[in-house]
Amino acid sequence: MIRIPCPFCGPRDHAEFSYGGDGSITYPALDAPLEAWHDAVFLRENICGRQVETWQHVHGCRLWLKVERDTMSHEIYSVTPADPALAKVLEGGE
Amino acid sequence: MTARRLDQGGRIDRATPLTFRWDGKELTGYAGDTLASALMANGERVLGRSFKYHRPRGIMSAGVEESGAIVSVGQGARQGPNVKATMQELYEGLEARGQNAWPNVRRDLGAVNGLFGRFLAAGFYYKTFMGVPLFEWGRGTGLWMKYETLIRKAAGMGRASREADPDQYDHAHAFCDVLVVGGGPAGLRAALTAAEAGRDVILVEQDFELGGDLLNDPAGEAERGALVRSVERAGVRVMTRTTAFGLYDMGVAGLVERVSDHLSAPAAYLPRQRFWTVRAGATVLATGALERSVAFGGNDRPGVMTANSGRSYLNRYGILPGERIVVATTNDSAYVTAGELAAAGAEVTIAEARNAPGCELPAGVTLRTGVAPLEAEGRSKLCALRLARPNGAGWQAAGREACDLLLVSGGWSPVVNLASHRGVKPEWDAELACFLAGDCDEPVYMAGSAAGVWTREACEISGVEVAMRAMGLASNPPAAGGWAAPIRPLYEVRLPGRKAKAFVDPQHDVTCSDVRLAHQEGFVSVEHLKRYTTLGMATDQGKMGNIIGLALMAEALGKEIPGVGTTRFRPPYTPVAIGALAGRNVHGHFKPLRRTPLHDWNLRQGATMTDAGLWHRPWYFAGPGETLGDAYVREAATVRQTVGICDVSSLGKIAVQGPDAAEFLNRVYTNGFAKLAIGKARYGIMLRDDGMVMDDGTTWRIGEADFLMTTTTTNAGRVMVWLEELLQLRWPELKVHVTSVTDQWAGVSVAGPKSRAVVAACLRDPDSVSHETLPFMGVAPVVLRDGTEGLIARISFSGELAFELYVPGNYGEAMMEQLWTAAARHEGCLYGLEALGTLRIEKGHVTGAELDGRVTIRDAGLGGMASTKKPYIGKVLQERPELQRPDRPRLVGILPKDRSKTFNGGALLCKPGALSGFGEGWVTAVTHSPALGHWIGLGYISGGHNQWVGQLAIAADPVRGEPVEVEIVSPHMFDPEGVRMHG
Repeated sequence: MIRIPCPFCGPRDHAEFSYGGDGSITYPALDAPLEAWHDAVFLRENICGRQVETWQHVHGCRLWLKVERDTMSHEIYSVTPADPALAKVLEGGE
Repeated sequence: MTARRLDQGGRIDRATPLTFRWDGKELTGYAGDTLASALMANGERVLGRSFKYHRPRGIMSAGVEESGAIVSVGQGARQGPNVKATMQELYEGLEARGQNAWPNVRRDLGAVNGLFGRFLAAGFYYKTFMGVPLFEWGRGTGLWMKYETLIRKAAGMGRASREADPDQYDHAHAFCDVLVVGGGPAGLRAALTAAEAGRDVILVEQDFELGGDLLNDPAGEAERGALVRSVERAGVRVMTRTTAFGLYDMGVAGLVERVSDHLSAPAAYLPRQRFWTVRAGATVLATGALERSVAFGGNDRPGVMTANSGRSYLNRYGILPGERIVVATTNDSAYVTAGELAAAGAEVTIAEARNAPGCELPAGVTLRTGVAPLEAEGRSKLCALRLARPNGAGWQAAGREACDLLLVSGGWSPVVNLASHRGVKPEWDAELACFLAGDCDEPVYMAGSAAGVWTREACEISGVEVAMRAMGLASNPPAAGGWAAPIRPLYEVRLPGRKAKAFVDPQHDVTCSDVRLAHQEGFVSVEHLKRYTTLGMATDQGKMGNIIGLALMAEALGKEIPGVGTTRFRPPYTPVAIGALAGRNVHGHFKPLRRTPLHDWNLRQGATMTDAGLWHRPWYFAGPGETLGDAYVREAATVRQTVGICDVSSLGKIAVQGPDAAEFLNRVYTNGFAKLAIGKARYGIMLRDDGMVMDDGTTWRIGEADFLMTTTTTNAGRVMVWLEELLQLRWPELKVHVTSVTDQWAGVSVAGPKSRAVVAACLRDPDSVSHETLPFMGVAPVVLRDGTEGLIARISFSGELAFELYVPGNYGEAMMEQLWTAAARHEGCLYGLEALGTLRIEKGHVTGAELDGRVTIRDAGLGGMASTKKPYIGKVLQERPELQRPDRPRLVGILPKDRSKTFNGGALLCKPGALSGFGEGWVTAVTHSPALGHWIGLGYISGGHNQWVGQLAIAADPVRGEPVEVEIVSPHMFDPEGVRMHG
C-alpha cells in the first residue's frame, strides 16, 4: 500500500519492490579488518523516523534504489538509484 | 415481546412474499425484510444462546452491532456461522438455524452452565488449567486435557462447514478523489457536494439501501429519494451492500462488496463477494453513531433492545415490536420513537433518567421521570422492568412496570473505528458522553453523527462542509451536539447486595462483575481489562459494550473515563470472509507453476512430478508396478551401470558478461575465477557477508568476457538479486551485466559409463566429446545432428562420467528425443530428483540440505576452496574465532550400525546415553544406496568423522521413531577418489 516513486518507472505499489536493508551502510573493502566488517554487517540503528533504506524494483526495472522513508508514517522523502551513474542519467531526464 | 406485522407501513414490498426456513420451520416474510425482522414478525423471540452461560438471547438491535440474534445461514458447504440476523437480507428459500444450543435455542441443555456461573467468571480458565494438586504435582495437567474437550464443545458459537468453499470471490481495484463511507444524510450530502465540484467520488454503504437513519423516518422518504437521485445523477459511483472494513496507509481502503449473499439463485458467473482495494485522495467517514444500552440486571433478555431499533422495526419493516413498551432513556433521541410506537397502537411509558425531558412529550405516551432500569424480569420472555431512582451516590428501588418490550437509550457512540485504524485517538466529550475522533494527519475526515452531530439538518450541513474540507477548500462544519437538553451519563444501575447478571459484552458473556473482578485482580490497564475479560473481542468488536466497560473501569479506578484510555480498533470493522481475501488465488492458482521446456515430455514418459520451489520437476519414473522406493533405486543403479538422463533445466542460469566479469566472479566466489580459461567450468561457492555459505554452482567461461553461472534451483532468484545489488550498490565501477537466462536454456544431464557414447551419437561431430577434446570440467559449443547449436559441459553431480547439454529452450524436446533414442540402445533410463539425490549422497556432494545458511565452507568439508590469496565476499567474517572452533559441526557420512536399519532425515545425532538438547549434530539426507547395498545418510556432527573413529552415535528422532545406532564415516562413501568421473 505504500507507494514508491521509481525513478525509471514512476510511482508503483510497494508490492512490486523487495526490501533490501540499511542504506546508510558503506561496506568496507573486502580485505578490511574484522572489526570493520563486524560493524557493517551486524550493527544497526533502530530508527523511529527518517531512515535510508535500499529497495529493489524486482517486478519492474530491477533498479536498486536508496529510499528515504519515515518508519512511523511511511512517508517517502526521496528515491534515488543506488548506482550513481544511473542516478545521474535519470536526473538529466535522458 | 409480542411483536406483530402491521397491515400497512414499512419499506418492505408486500407484493413479494418470501418463504424461508428457521430451524426447519417454514415461515413467510417479504422482500425488503432482514432475517431478523422476518423472524420478529413471525413471533420468534429466542434466536440464540450465549457463548458461556447459554442464556436465551433475542434481537437486540437493527444493525451491525447486533449481539443476540446470531445465527447460522446456509447449508452444506455454504453454511456460514455467526451471521447477524439483522444484517442478512431475506431471500426466497433462505435456510437459517440457531447455533450453540442442543437440541435447539428455545430449549437448550447447555443452559445448565448458568448454574455454574460462579465458576465460569472471566479468566476462569487461567485459574483452572492446572494439574490437580497432589496427583499431578509437578507433572503438568493430564486430567485437565480430558475435561477440556467437554468445555470446548460447550463453548463457542456456530459451526463452520468443513467442506471446501464452492464460491468464487473476486479482487478488484478502484481509484477516486473522494471516498465517502456511509450513505446517510451526511454521506449523501458529502458525495453530492464533491461530485458537483467535479471530483471523482465513490460512496460506500453497508446496508442494501441508501439513507442511513432517513430509512427509519417515514416522513423522510421524499427527501431521501430526491437526495439519492441527485447523487446518482451527479455521477457518484454508488456501492451498496459494501462495507469499508479497514483504512490503510496512503489513502487505501479495503472494501467487501456482497454481490450475491442476498440472492436465492445467483447466476453462476457472479462471485459471492468482491474484495476491493480503493485508493482515495481523501476519505470522508460519515459512518454515523451507534446507540448503546445501559448495564442493569437481565439486560440481555429477549425483549430488550436499543431504542432506535424499535423505530427501525416499526418504520422500515412495518412491525409493531411490542404491545406494552417501556422506553428507558437518558437523552432526547428516544422520544420520537416512543410517540410513533404509541401512534401505532402500543401502550408506551417513558422511564426518563433525568428529572425532566428535554423535548415535548408525544401524544399517548406516559412519562416517569427520575427513574432508570434496574432489572428486566422474565426468563426467555420479558414480562416486567424493575426501576430504580438515584439515592445519593447509589440507587434505590422505585417500583415496577409490566412490559413485553424494553427499549433502552443509554447514549450514542460515534463510529470512529476507521479513523482509529489510522491511529487517531478518540477524545472523550463529557457533555455528550461519547468519544469523538481526534485530529488526523492524513486526509481522513469525520462527518455527521460520526463527528457527534446529532440533528439531521446539522448532519446534512456537516456533510457539505466536510466535503469542502476534503477538497482542500474553506469550510465551517457544525459543532458536535444538538440535543435540546443534555444527556444524563448513565452506565450501570444496581442495588448493593442484589445479585443480578448485568451484561457489558453480551457476545462474550462479560458482566459488570467480571470487569470489577479484573480490576480486583490487578488488571488495571484498559489493555489488560480487554484481554483478561475478553470484553470487546467478539465479532462486534465491542460496539455494544466498550463504553460501559470503560465507565465501570473508571469507577473502580476512581478516575474519569478519559483517564482510563482506550484500546485501538483494528480492521476489519465487521468480519470478512477469508475467501474474499484469497480471491481467485486458490487451488492451482495459489502460486505460479514454473514448467521446464521438458515438462510435457517428462509427463508423457510417465514422470511423477514434485515441487521444487515454484517448479515441477520429475521425482521418479515408475515402471509398471513400481513404487517410489523401487523406482529410484533402479534409476540410480542404472545410471552407475550404463546411462541415465535427467532434466536439469530448472537450475538457475545467469549470464555474467563484460570486461570486468572475471574480476567480479573472483570477488563473489571463494575460489579463484580470474584466471579460469575459456572453455573451462569451475565449481564455485559463494558466501554471505557474514561468512556463511550462500549457494554453490558451476560457472562456465564461454568467452573472454562471457560467463554462464549456474546456481541451485531454489536460490536462483536470491543469487540474481545479490549480484545486482553488488553491481549497483557496492561496485558500480565494474563493467559487468548480469542477465537471468534460466528460462532461455533447456538443460539435461547425461550420466553413467555409457554417457559419452549416448551424447556422441547425437552430435554432428562425435569427436567433440572425446576425452582429449573435452576433458573433465571442459566446456564447448556443440552442434546436434539436426543442426541445433548448444553448449556442452563435462561436469558431474552424480560422480559418474557425465555431460550437461544445453540448447535454447524451444529445442529442448527435440534434443531430449534424440538423446533418449540413443540411450535406449544402451538400456539407459530417465532419472528424477530422488535418484539424483541418491547418487549425490553416495558421493558426499552437498546441496541446499547441507548448505542451509547455518554452515561455513569449512563445516561443509570444502575448506580447500577458500582461497588465501585473494579477497572475496565473506572472507573476513568467516575467519572470526567462533567459526574456527574445532568442535564445529562438520559434514560426515552416516551408516546404520545394523545395515538392515534406517534412520530419518532431520534426526539429531547424539552421544550414546546423552539423548537430550541439540545433541552433537543432525542428519541432512538419507537414501537407500544401490552402490553400497544398504541405507546411508549425510549430516553434520561436531568435530567431523575424524573425532568419531571407533565411536558410535545415535540418530534420535523421538517424534517419529526409535533411536538408531550409527557409524560416522567420511561423506565420500562411494568412489572417494572420483575415478569414475575423471576417466
